[in-house]
Amino acid sequence: MKIQTLSLTLLLIIFWLLNSGLFKPLIFILGAFSVVLVLFISSRMKVIDEESQPLHLTKNIPAYYAWLLKELVMSNIKVVSTIWQGHLQLQPALTTIKMDHLSDMGKVIYANSISLTPGTVTTDVTENSITVHALDKSSITDIQSGAMEARVRKLDN
Amino acid sequence: MSMVTTYLSWALLVLGGFLCVSGSVGLLRFPDFFTRMHAASVTDTLATGMILVGLMLQAPTWIVFGKLVMILVFVLLTSPTAGHALAKAALHSGLKPLLPGKGGKIDADPRPSAGGV
Repeated sequence: MKIQTLSLTLLLIIFWLLNSGLFKPLIFILGAFSVVLVLFISSRMKVIDEESQPLHLTKNIPAYYAWLLKELVMSNIKVVSTIWQGHLQLQPALTTIKMDHLSDMGKVIYANSISLTPGTVTTDVTENSITVHALDKSSITDIQSGAMEARVRKLDN
Repeated sequence: MSMVTTYLSWALLVLGGFLCVSGSVGLLRFPDFFTRMHAASVTDTLATGMILVGLMLQAPTWIVFGKLVMILVFVLLTSPTAGHALAKAALHSGLKPLLPGKGGKIDADPRPSAGGV
């Protein structure tokens, strides 16, 4: 049995128990049946792999989340202060930024992290570049400095 | 203990509420689709996060706590995906973002038709 199958089973059991909150024999039997059914369908669809269960990230992801949370708070403060500023003057920008040597998973995490932080949104991802729309030009400079890209690359290894 | 968590919870809820209002104000004030999306993402991330964490502090059982955590994870995973899909669709269907000239700024305040959302 693959480690991914095991983790999906555990995840589904936890998901069921949290959502039902009822600890009765009938509910347990229905839950076990559902878990087995989902496992069967997933394995028939061949989606139980490293892409759907990126277990190799587990070691490094808490540090990345902590850093992302800090970035999230900082950029939220920036956007909210822009919103409430008396006379609205904006410098939006749409730029294509180069990136190199990220795995597919890395690209998704990178693009999603950029979209998640307020003030920047990824509009396109290609093999070696991303297109970003930013509320302020300074956010583009921050991304170009490559701090986030370096974090994502570290996460992937 | 319970006193501290109650105060902390209410502080988070009020701050989250303020951020929700900020997001809506930004949605009304910003000039075009793309800049408005940035305002909406304030509501998506920190506002939702603070309200949910505030509610987690008041959760009566672990089941409720776990459900709130699941909602937070779901929102944090889906909102950037939806935002990306929106922005990409807008660009590909030919909506041009409002961009300033070299070194210039967009003076977005004196809007000719205020209130048209």
